[in-house]
Amino acid sequence: MENKKCTCGHINPYGTILCESCGRALTGEAREQKLYDMRYEGSARRSQTYNKSIIDKVWNFFSSVKVGIWLIMLTLIGASFGTILPQEFYLPNNVDPSVYYEDVYGVFGKLYYIIGFYDLYNSVWFIALIAALGVSLVIASLDRVIPLYRALKKQRVDRHESFLKKQRLFAQTDEIPNEIDLQTVRNQLKKKHYKINEENGALFAEKGRFSRWGPYVNHVGLIIFLVGSMLRSVEGLYIDELLWIREGETLQVPGTKGEYYVKNEEFTVENYGEESDPEVFNEALERVGTVVKNYQTDAVLYRDENNELPGAEPQLIELAKDDIQVNQPMKFDQFAMYQTSYQKDEMKAMRFALQNKSTGEEKGELTVDLFEQQDSYILGGGYKVELLGFYPDFDGFTEEGEPKSKSPLPNNPAFLFNMISPEHPDGEVSFVEIQNTMEPLGETDYKMTFKSLETRDVSALTIRKDLTLPVLGLGGIIFMIGVIQGSYWNHRRVWIQNKNGHLYVAGHTNKNWYGLKKELDLILKGTSIPAPEDQVEKNKK
Amino acid sequence: MELASLSSNLLYAAFVLYLVATFFFGGAIRDKRSQSSVSGWAKIGFVVTVIGFMTHLGYFFTRWIAGGHAPVSNLFEFIVAFAMMLVGAFILIYSIYRVSILGLFTMPVVVLIIAYASMFPRELSPLIPALQSDWLYIHVTTAALGEAILSISFVAGLIYLIKAVDQTKAGKKTFWLEFVLYSLISVISFIIVTTSFNFMNYEATFTWVDSNDQQLKETYSIPALVGPNQGDLQTDNRLAPIVDTPPLVNAKKLNTLVWSLGIGLALYTLCRLVLRKRLGAALKPVVKNVSLDLVDEISYRSVVIGFPVFTLGALIFAMIWAQIAWTRFWGWDPKEVWALITFLFYAAFLHLRLSKGWHGEKSAWLAVIGFAIIMFNLIAVNLVIAGLHSYA
Repeated sequence: MENKKCTCGHINPYGTILCESCGRALTGEAREQKLYDMRYEGSARRSQTYNKSIIDKVWNFFSSVKVGIWLIMLTLIGASFGTILPQEFYLPNNVDPSVYYEDVYGVFGKLYYIIGFYDLYNSVWFIALIAALGVSLVIASLDRVIPLYRALKKQRVDRHESFLKKQRLFAQTDEIPNEIDLQTVRNQLKKKHYKINEENGALFAEKGRFSRWGPYVNHVGLIIFLVGSMLRSVEGLYIDELLWIREGETLQVPGTKGEYYVKNEEFTVENYGEESDPEVFNEALERVGTVVKNYQTDAVLYRDENNELPGAEPQLIELAKDDIQVNQPMKFDQFAMYQTSYQKDEMKAMRFALQNKSTGEEKGELTVDLFEQQDSYILGGGYKVELLGFYPDFDGFTEEGEPKSKSPLPNNPAFLFNMISPEHPDGEVSFVEIQNTMEPLGETDYKMTFKSLETRDVSALTIRKDLTLPVLGLGGIIFMIGVIQGSYWNHRRVWIQNKNGHLYVAGHTNKNWYGLKKELDLILKGTSIPAPEDQVEKNKK
Repeated sequence: MELASLSSNLLYAAFVLYLVATFFFGGAIRDKRSQSSVSGWAKIGFVVTVIGFMTHLGYFFTRWIAGGHAPVSNLFEFIVAFAMMLVGAFILIYSIYRVSILGLFTMPVVVLIIAYASMFPRELSPLIPALQSDWLYIHVTTAALGEAILSISFVAGLIYLIKAVDQTKAGKKTFWLEFVLYSLISVISFIIVTTSFNFMNYEATFTWVDSNDQQLKETYSIPALVGPNQGDLQTDNRLAPIVDTPPLVNAKKLNTLVWSLGIGLALYTLCRLVLRKRLGAALKPVVKNVSLDLVDEISYRSVVIGFPVFTLGALIFAMIWAQIAWTRFWGWDPKEVWALITFLFYAAFLHLRLSKGWHGEKSAWLAVIGFAIIMFNLIAVNLVIAGLHSYA
């Protein structure tokens, strides 16, 4: 494993195929080859040099572009399967995926669930694929960029003629050009923004070398991005909470450890109107009906000054007022509060009258707050209503005949009232649900008549803190710089060498050979120097 | 109202100009002179294209002013904007390479895309809250531009294949080339079918039952070969469906697809009968003066130019906006996933080309597949897969 000294005197690292300095072939095999793939200048790449230990094998596996492309294609195909049916996180909240997929999509849905495609993007194999892609990015880049950097930094102006002969674009002639022709070529090269170096009758022109680093820069960006997306699991960097808040309520902002409180002053949904909005929209509104213009929560943000004191009552200081709309989250500290959902007209309170069935006479009214019920409501004159039972989300009766509630939310309130009147001091029992009254203990003389309903809106706010965003942003920016650097510039090199009565012309580029060939044709036009030919194409024919 | 109608007239004008440009680019092919010098026909074709593009831009900005928001908010607007970007991308690539054959193939595709767009509701629509952001035009126009430049790669790839695929023997290559051409014909067929029945004011109403056992109404504007689940025809003297579909399938869209593919096949067969050879073979003389190396280069350059633009618009800007509007920069929504798939596909394309030396024909086939992915994301994801991006 020792370094290799070239005839020219340069000492090359072990594994070098073409001398970094003069370009002579250092291995027997390379000497035999007529053409050599100059992508990495014949420099010593680890993956091409060692293949003994496990580490070598792993390194060689991941450094292969072929493997990289396979990983890309597998990720691509894998990802597409997740779009066939909606993913688990897009299902309605209250459904069980194990039944939902079969119920809605039949056998195919069941299969989709069993294979685990319902949560494909969090599956072990998908994450493993992405991780493998990340490893491949790191190893494949390191394997190439370091040797390439050494080789491009050390290149000499006059290279050994074998190096030129091995280039894809190459020509030779015995006709030595005169100084006028050479000057024309120099001028043309300068016009095309080449940097020219000359030494002992050898001319070397180069431009756009920095574009060679583009792929590595963009890979660094991608790696930063991938690392950034893993940071999310680090404690304290990422918070994602949902807060349902009713109009008028002041609640602690979840995820802020009790430091912040928010009040929902009012929630509004506004639709586009044919009168109020520009006339040009009328046609569309007539076709589709209503279109929502705005969802908005008028929010007040408070800070609890006593947050640090254990056991103290919260002391709220108003910090800011803001109307939170879609696309306009409220930002505070490192948090952003978004308008995400709402429920219109949640029932808040119901108003009833106690009515004599035969006379129709009302003996008084009462309001049941669906969130804070009283045990009894005194109406005066010997009239009183007791609330024996309250079922906020009434869902039928148990086998024993008890009414049951499916949730604590007042979605379908039902009441068991005991109506006390001078005629019935012990009361008469009535079961009241929306649009239905039952008399479980026998017919009654009085009934509860529904008068009115009080509602309010509930707004859903997402509270999010994501300190990984700067890392992701940095990764994105570096990626874009790298992609642009590598895409919109080309690395082009031209050698014109006059040696021992022969003139050699060679050209190299990392991509876009057609373009380089055209450019060389133009540069050498009208001179005695022959335009180099594409040896790959020539060999094909 | 004034401005809105001016806007649609400008779009008509652009449409016609693109059609005219096609003929001039066609004339350039018949021109006997050598390929290197640009013929007078091609010059006129290019000038007409540029005027068409200006008119198209005129449509875009007058509509923007009329509606108060960038006209990229529904399927019609987006596809028309995409067509505009395609012309822009063509102008860009043409000014580098000056190959008239590229015009002959790009302009009909543009015409087809605009016609296709106009099959969707065209009125100016107000923006839903999620779309009320400057990122609407920043994200959508950049993404569309990226996709358009990548599409030029398809056009060049198609030209390459028409020239390079050996028509003397039938095989996989000739089959898939015919398949690509048949797909293009099916788009024409879709436009013909939709427009003709629209012109006849065809309407057939069905009641049907959805997966929640609810009875719904659906109105077909072309005869129903494929009917909805337990569909019951309400309109007299209308064709009764041949098959019913399960409730999950959107029967109306499937019916339109069946019609388009069916009439497309009929048109294709007719062409074959008239020409007495494969369409690929019939197009071969048109491309006989094309330099394969040059179109290969154009195809590849378009990917190199388009890839960064696409990444910026369809992924990076998209993520920034998603963070603002949907609270998260990435949510595995189908449209997002397909943008990622497009990105990965072209990344693979570039690696194959630069490191594995996939040039010429292989590269051209990849360009065709890439375009298919873009079209799938542009159309199918909106129409077929339900997700956050389904505005149409």
